[in-house]
Amino acid sequence: MADVTLKTIDYAVLQQCMHCGMCLPTCPTYDATKLERNSPRGRIALMRAVADGELEVGKTFADEMSYCLGCLACQTACPAGVQYATLFETARADIERSGVNQSVSRDFWRTLTLRILFQRPSLLRAAGAGLRVYQRTGLEALVRRTGLTRLLPPSLRRVEPQAPPIAAKFSNALIRPVEQATGEARFRVALLTGCVQDLVFSDINRDTADALLANGCTVETPPVQPCCGSLHAHNGETDLAKALARRMIDLFPPHAYDAIISNAGGCGSHLRHYGPLLADDPAYRDRAHAWDRKLKDVHEWLIQIGARPPKASPFDAPLSLTYHDSCHLVHGQKISTQPRELLRMIPGVTLTELPEASWCCGSAGVYTITQPDQATKLQERKTAHIIATKATCVATANPGCHLQVARGLDAAGSTIEVTHPVSLLARAYRREQ
Amino acid sequence: MPLNDSFLHSLRAIVGDDRLLTLAEDLVPYSFDGTAALKGRPGAVVFPLTTDEVSACVRVAAEALVPIITRGSGTGLSGGSVPSPDALVICLVRMDRILHVDAENLTMRVQAGAVTVKIDEAASKHGLLYPPDPGSMRISTIGGNVAENSGGLRGLKYGVTRDYVMSLEVVLADGRITRFGSACVKDVAGYSMKDLFVGSEGTLGIVTEVLLRLVPKPAARRTMLALFDTMEAAASTVSAIIAAKIIPCTLEFLDRTTAGCVEDYAKVGLPTDCEAVLLMETDGHPAAVTDEAALMADIARQQGAREVRTAKDDAEAARLAAARRNAFSALARRRPTTILEDVTVPRTELATMVTFIAQIARHYDLQVGTFGHMGDGNLHPTFLTDERDEAEMARVHHALNDIVTKTLELGGTITGEHGVGLAKKPWLRQQMGDHSYELMREVKRALDPKGLLNPGKIFD
Repeated sequence: MADVTLKTIDYAVLQQCMHCGMCLPTCPTYDATKLERNSPRGRIALMRAVADGELEVGKTFADEMSYCLGCLACQTACPAGVQYATLFETARADIERSGVNQSVSRDFWRTLTLRILFQRPSLLRAAGAGLRVYQRTGLEALVRRTGLTRLLPPSLRRVEPQAPPIAAKFSNALIRPVEQATGEARFRVALLTGCVQDLVFSDINRDTADALLANGCTVETPPVQPCCGSLHAHNGETDLAKALARRMIDLFPPHAYDAIISNAGGCGSHLRHYGPLLADDPAYRDRAHAWDRKLKDVHEWLIQIGARPPKASPFDAPLSLTYHDSCHLVHGQKISTQPRELLRMIPGVTLTELPEASWCCGSAGVYTITQPDQATKLQERKTAHIIATKATCVATANPGCHLQVARGLDAAGSTIEVTHPVSLLARAYRREQ
Repeated sequence: MPLNDSFLHSLRAIVGDDRLLTLAEDLVPYSFDGTAALKGRPGAVVFPLTTDEVSACVRVAAEALVPIITRGSGTGLSGGSVPSPDALVICLVRMDRILHVDAENLTMRVQAGAVTVKIDEAASKHGLLYPPDPGSMRISTIGGNVAENSGGLRGLKYGVTRDYVMSLEVVLADGRITRFGSACVKDVAGYSMKDLFVGSEGTLGIVTEVLLRLVPKPAARRTMLALFDTMEAAASTVSAIIAAKIIPCTLEFLDRTTAGCVEDYAKVGLPTDCEAVLLMETDGHPAAVTDEAALMADIARQQGAREVRTAKDDAEAARLAAARRNAFSALARRRPTTILEDVTVPRTELATMVTFIAQIARHYDLQVGTFGHMGDGNLHPTFLTDERDEAEMARVHHALNDIVTKTLELGGTITGEHGVGLAKKPWLRQQMGDHSYELMREVKRALDPKGLLNPGKIFD
């Protein structure tokens, strides 16, 4: 897939779009502008024009592909089964190859993140630890109070307040490399700890392990894990994505596990497609397909193995709860009933359905940095819906959504708690004793 | 010839910079509608917000002799809103307001860009129903529905868009703003000009506002699926139901290929192992619904239905109808290009027509998926093909020709609800006969003497 461009991609993938327009009402950017260019079928028409040699990959084309959230709501809506994710990643790779977006500061940030930090897990953790010092020592508050952020270059100035609060301990400090199932061990599973999840929400990784242990799974969690490559693939760096996929397969040989568990919607959506990614690699192709079959979202796996309803409630008093679908969980992986089913299992909570639950919250990877205006509009729309449910707690299963929703609620002055479905489940199991 | 600067300057003076598109990247996505294999890149696209702005755009286009293509959401299935090269597209999606629901007179006034499903939702809040429900209703605009006189799944009992249009505001080819029809239930003052504009496919004027008739929402409904081992048995069931003097709200048909594709996409539990599925729905007074549903199920069994299932609740019924609405697009899962037909025959000829379509597909060695509004005699045989395969496309064309010829022999029409546009143009004269065809062209010349409104659609 590395060398595939819009000009060389199987034309049938482009032709699959018969431009019926069924995707339009589900696309958050078309909804915002009512311009066809900002719609899935409009973007596919642009890609097809590039493939046909009628259009150059220029700045406007690049801007359009950057405006797309990549939420994949269109893939759920599409009756014709268009593989929008494939087309979108191919278009973004074409854009990187063309160099139309190159600038010194963009190159610096891309190299730092995609080529350095998200390639070396220990370095990423070191950077995370440094960031935590900055956030915890009062330095952050001081810098902000004194207006020192004004000295930062504009790109960094936008990013600085978005840096998430780093956890005190990372996953390797919370989860032992092998933990035995509580009771009879029925399955052997691997737990993927992720990158942002590991730095910011290592407690969710711990909760995931606990929920699995309580359901007869022996959990293997190697302390150092490479990034899955999802960030790289979504941002047009296909070669790096392939290299990371190989490292993952080497670390987690699929035949050794009953399932390989992801608890982050965005990562899972990419992780399930190593097969197509490594289709041209004879040494890895078969293992990549085996990997795809073993890769399970944690909710999907727990329901599949018949998760045990907890006997205790995670809360002291009954409360109402709502659920926000992560785009890459609901649209990318078609997982929507399982998290809800798990939440309904938990004593003492009532699940209220969130209006527009599967509409993007605007987090979308680096979208909050690249498209701050549109990201904020979507955040406000999501936050308003959550507040209107009058729920005490909102569950969601992706770190990007988690942060985006939490910030949105915070900005709206709401105290609604944001959590992961599996965290509630684990909390309930723990309170059984 | 590309649009010149002074013309673009005049448009900019009307709508401003942000509602005028001229960049290639902006125009490519306006080069098509929902029809396969037809495209043409416009010279500019404008987004007016008011009827006055539409009128002003038409005036400058008329002066500069620039062709005008009116467009809503671009979901048409006959190429009706595919631009001629370098034409001006007037896109009405931002004129999407629901202006007034009059629950006492059972009417609703809307701008042309209002989305069909929003109209039905607004009516529903008042216990009312806007019945026409074309497959694309979640995004299609009422202006497009009026221009094509769209049908839908409920057409059998409730009719088509025309039956719900009470009055229209129309911008004429020279920019004059006119109104036809009224808010009265009865109105025979003068020619029924609104009826001339309904279904005129953007060739006579631009509809900017519509007064719609609404009906009370039925108190009950029941949805059933009947499964058949032959398509003929499904067709004869439809004829038998009509002959038994039952008018159900919906009698939709899917053949095996279509049901398979729809189930692949929607996963609503459609059977994929029978030759034909009938989606049957009756609505109205609860007692009548119970009676009619039982009768229809009996008739289906008598005609050889393998099984008749009833949807367990409204949610399941809605899922089945929604899945059926996606039938055409779902067929695209099989092959890259889907060429859709819209032939309609008197209902007694349905079995003949269905058999003929299957024969023709075999004869030309083509893949076909057939579905449609069987209760209306309206079939959508859809050829699953690849536009890049010239030899196969030639066979598709022959097959279409044979189907049209047979349809006309049986007293049918080349299009039941999609309009003539570009796709059905070659066969219109054959259906109409010379005199009627020429009379239509005279009407066109009288209303659009410069030939600027959607040129090349319906006829040359």
